[in-house]
Amino acid sequence: MGTNFRIIRDKSAGGLMFILLILSIALLIAMGIGLYWKAAPVFEGRALKELLFSANWKPLKGEFGFLPFVMGTLWVTGIAVLLALPVSLLAATFLTEYAKPFVKKYVFPALDILAALPSVVYGVWGTLIIVPWISEKLAPLFVEHSTGYSALAGGIVLGVMILPLLVSLFIELFSAVPNDLREASLGLGATKWQTTQKVVLKKTIPGMIAAVVLAISRAFGETIAVLMVCGNLAQVPHSLFDPVYPIPALIANNYGEMLSLPLYEAALMFAALILFVVVLLFNVASRMVLYRIEKKAS
Amino acid sequence: MSTKSSFNSLYNRYSHWRESAAVRRGKMFRPDYKFIRKSDESELVVEDLNVYIKNNHILKNINLTIPDKKITCVIGPSGCGKSTLLKTFNRLIDSVEGVKLDGKVLIDGEDIIHSGTEITELRRKMGLISQRPCPLPMSIFENVAYGCRIHGIRMRRKLNMIVQHYLKAAGLWDEVKDRLRTPATRLSIGQQQRLCLARSLAVEPQFILADEATSALDPISSKIIEDLFVKLKENYSIIMVTHTLHQALRIADYVVFMYLGEVIEAGDAQSVFNNPQHELTKKYLSGAFS
Repeated sequence: MGTNFRIIRDKSAGGLMFILLILSIALLIAMGIGLYWKAAPVFEGRALKELLFSANWKPLKGEFGFLPFVMGTLWVTGIAVLLALPVSLLAATFLTEYAKPFVKKYVFPALDILAALPSVVYGVWGTLIIVPWISEKLAPLFVEHSTGYSALAGGIVLGVMILPLLVSLFIELFSAVPNDLREASLGLGATKWQTTQKVVLKKTIPGMIAAVVLAISRAFGETIAVLMVCGNLAQVPHSLFDPVYPIPALIANNYGEMLSLPLYEAALMFAALILFVVVLLFNVASRMVLYRIEKKAS
Repeated sequence: MSTKSSFNSLYNRYSHWRESAAVRRGKMFRPDYKFIRKSDESELVVEDLNVYIKNNHILKNINLTIPDKKITCVIGPSGCGKSTLLKTFNRLIDSVEGVKLDGKVLIDGEDIIHSGTEITELRRKMGLISQRPCPLPMSIFENVAYGCRIHGIRMRRKLNMIVQHYLKAAGLWDEVKDRLRTPATRLSIGQQQRLCLARSLAVEPQFILADEATSALDPISSKIIEDLFVKLKENYSIIMVTHTLHQALRIADYVVFMYLGEVIEAGDAQSVFNNPQHELTKKYLSGAFS
């Protein structure tokens, strides 16, 4: 009797987990469909190409060109990754390969705190420190005038935000490299730097790609901190010091406010759909790249 | 044909010039590859070596002379410090946390324990074969060429020659010559160990340090490695840590028996195996503990 019960429980546990899994996947699909359904009115009479690549954003006249927002998101994310990637790579290399144990003991918790700070705090920091610094010190060297609320400010704040994420992902990757590999390289007379470069970094390239994709996906969606320092002007940026208007900021700023305008809600839903699709495609593409690299390597 | 050969000779002269220039500039420390070291006697003498790791006394007053061009087997029960001794010889022990070395290890009369030792050059001299074969994440060719590259050899032709030569020396050439560009991890585990041997030989060491090099292998593969060692002792001094007494019986010329961080007995294989002087050695050889 007892045995039977055990087996029933085992089977039902498996079934339950499977149902929950299906549910969470179904949720993803439902979100996609829902977004599309809500965004559908904006497609009427407008080509997808026009929506994505036109810079005319005049909701009052019913013109919805998303290029400024797409470009804004790309600029901010691009700057953030460009700034954070080298720093995090070197920091993680230092911490795993070079640092003494007591350094690790104090730095790891500090990184966790950095990662756990609410994004509003980063936004305030950006507004108080980065924006004035750009407008007073940095921008005058390059352009005539900048308020400081710019793509660069957004990139820096976002870069600092994804930094702890990247560092901790990289640390995990590098620590997973077996010590035997390092010893094999060192035993041939390689220096520590040669070993790091040619063995540790090389071994972890697939993982690093995955980590960067994860960081980019996060950067795409980051809203509050970016919204606070970006300037939020619907124009295609031409320099680092121009204000930009990333997609998440657009949605957060306007949803619930200007819904009396015809089609405005649908347009915002379309913006959300863009984010959804981009993140999805990005993840799928990175999986494919990873799969090919791993297949080649083993 | 004649243009081609004259081109080749010109190219050789160019490469020779380039590398000797590199040596003059101090970028490369060895003028040429001899392929197999025959000449100089190599000598390894250990004097009063003590190793501490975080206040644990791991090796106690080791005094040893490792004979040249022989297979020296270090035997003893687990945890007696065999691997630590081996790692001291190429200073890989430095990466262990809280380690303290004391005493002298003289290689060709030069003490390698003091802090001024050129570690990379020392490790080149002491080829290491680890217990588990550990191919680097690159192709078969690149694995063997890796050591040469990090020591400054860039000439493609030379690398080709070196890789071919040492893969042959490790008895692997015929099995892999058609797939040098495939990842080394696709080889079988026995092949991987021979690849590691080729990789170590390719930087022209004087000594081969083998840390239970056959314990992860199947009997056939370990037989191949053993035979290779016997062949290689013409040119290299081989120091081998082994767990299997039978292996030591088969191939050792010289035996060091260690127990709890001390060298209990060391001498010719014949005399140690047939006529052990120390009570502990007798017990170990008779299988009273292992």
